[in-house]
Amino acid sequence: VIDRELGDLLRRLAPQVLAAVLRHHGDQGFADAEDAVQEALLAATAQWPAEGRPERPAAWLITVASRRMVDRFRSEVASRRREHEAAALVPPDEHLAPAADAGVDPRPGSGSGSGREDTLELLLLCCRPELSPASRIALTLRAVGGLTTAEVARAFLVPEATMAQRISRAKARLRQCGARFPAVDDAERTARLPDVLHVLYLVFTEGHTASGGPDLLRADLAGEAVRLARAVHAERPDDGEVTGLLALLLLTDARRGARTGPDGALVPLAEQDRSSWDRAAIDEGRALLAGALARHRLGPYQLQAAIAAVHADAERAEDTDWPQIAALYRLLADLDPGPTVALARAVAVGMADGPQAGLVLLAELDEQLAEHHRLHAVRGHLLALSGDGAAAGTAFATAARLTTSLPEQRYLRARAREHDT
Amino acid sequence: VKYLLLIYGNPANWEHPLYLRDPGFLGLPPEEQAAVTRRAEELHAEVGEAGEFVVGAALASPSSARTFRGRDGVPVSTDGPYPETKEQLAGYVVVDCETPERAYEIAARMPDARFTAVEVRPIMDAAGEEM
Repeated sequence: VIDRELGDLLRRLAPQVLAAVLRHHGDQGFADAEDAVQEALLAATAQWPAEGRPERPAAWLITVASRRMVDRFRSEVASRRREHEAAALVPPDEHLAPAADAGVDPRPGSGSGSGREDTLELLLLCCRPELSPASRIALTLRAVGGLTTAEVARAFLVPEATMAQRISRAKARLRQCGARFPAVDDAERTARLPDVLHVLYLVFTEGHTASGGPDLLRADLAGEAVRLARAVHAERPDDGEVTGLLALLLLTDARRGARTGPDGALVPLAEQDRSSWDRAAIDEGRALLAGALARHRLGPYQLQAAIAAVHADAERAEDTDWPQIAALYRLLADLDPGPTVALARAVAVGMADGPQAGLVLLAELDEQLAEHHRLHAVRGHLLALSGDGAAAGTAFATAARLTTSLPEQRYLRARAREHDT
Repeated sequence: VKYLLLIYGNPANWEHPLYLRDPGFLGLPPEEQAAVTRRAEELHAEVGEAGEFVVGAALASPSSARTFRGRDGVPVSTDGPYPETKEQLAGYVVVDCETPERAYEIAARMPDARFTAVEVRPIMDAAGEEM
């Protein structure tokens, strides 16, 4: 078992090590560089506990990874042996970046004096729109998160071979589309930033919805997403949506301990033990959000964070400022229209203006979401509030039949039974 | 989301892959038979390379099956599958796909979907959203 602190350090160093290797051996391709960094991380896991940690861990990793690249280069183009021997005479350190890389401070964000955005650059590469969402997630967790293929596979409950396939396919795709490191210019970086934020959001959701217990590795994904969002925020502190995403993840993650019961059952927001919400995470999220709202143009992540903050402000569920939440959802529906937002808005409007108002909004979604459990779950909730228990029971039963989540099904069946006369 | 693809086949000549011995397949001209087989192999490779394939297996003949069935609250065993039908479960594949449409596409492209049947069932997930 790797000690936790060493694992954390290595995962934190992974992006800057990969970035340094790519800068100097990028012509050999992203795929090989990424493999070389994984090998260096494994070597550190094996050697450091026994031989002691090097004084400059990042420089050590860059050296080892670079050496692998040189070895690979040598074995791959044996026909040009003479040139290689010349290259091999150069000590590995000469292949490295000058002081900037060797002196890397392992604390996240602390290298920002150099103006580099290693984590963001790598995320931009891993989150290219040419890759499927599953490939983006897998590659992000391995190349930027520093997780092994086996760890990513376990988190997604698939065999290691399946995950290895996704990662190598993603790398092949990057090669095909001529992805370069670093990305071409600042305008493109900014334009593609939302893709990166979306992948981090997906990773978080995957972890946040996990039920704990046997799903523990999957639950770690939420923490991993927060960590990566922090790293991006450290590199782009003045981007409102980067800040908004970090705030949203913190405010949502704060409820983690309260969202499932001891038996893994889902506890709805209204019934959660609010005293067990993580106050430090809430305070941090709220402070980040306040700063972003004061200084930047409003965006979808800031709005979602603002909604989470209103929930966090209510000491009891019945104190929730639903008119405020409904107003925020209205803005969100304009900025980021979609069925998920529309459903959540219907709930908020139902709570603020009465269930009938929510049901009216819901009717507009009937055709589009007829086979989606959440439409029926929301309808059941609003019908129950309106006093139509029989119809609510039917809606909850339909929702329970449509969901493919075991805990959701358990919860929805229970709600259906409550209204069964 | 993961999907279980249940592949049904004709139990008359139990030799995998079953579709090769299906009367519908045997009635095709040789070049069409070759095309069906080639497309099946391509599908197999495609699902593997995409990182969608999770697990799969071919099942032994239904004649080797033993079924346990409750009778007056007691499990009673009988030889053979349950139920006895023209088409029998021949194998299964679990795929992890981004959309249900993709899982349906994989199922529909299996040769067995043309000659016998492939059933697609979503697999329940242990994770759930806050309500």
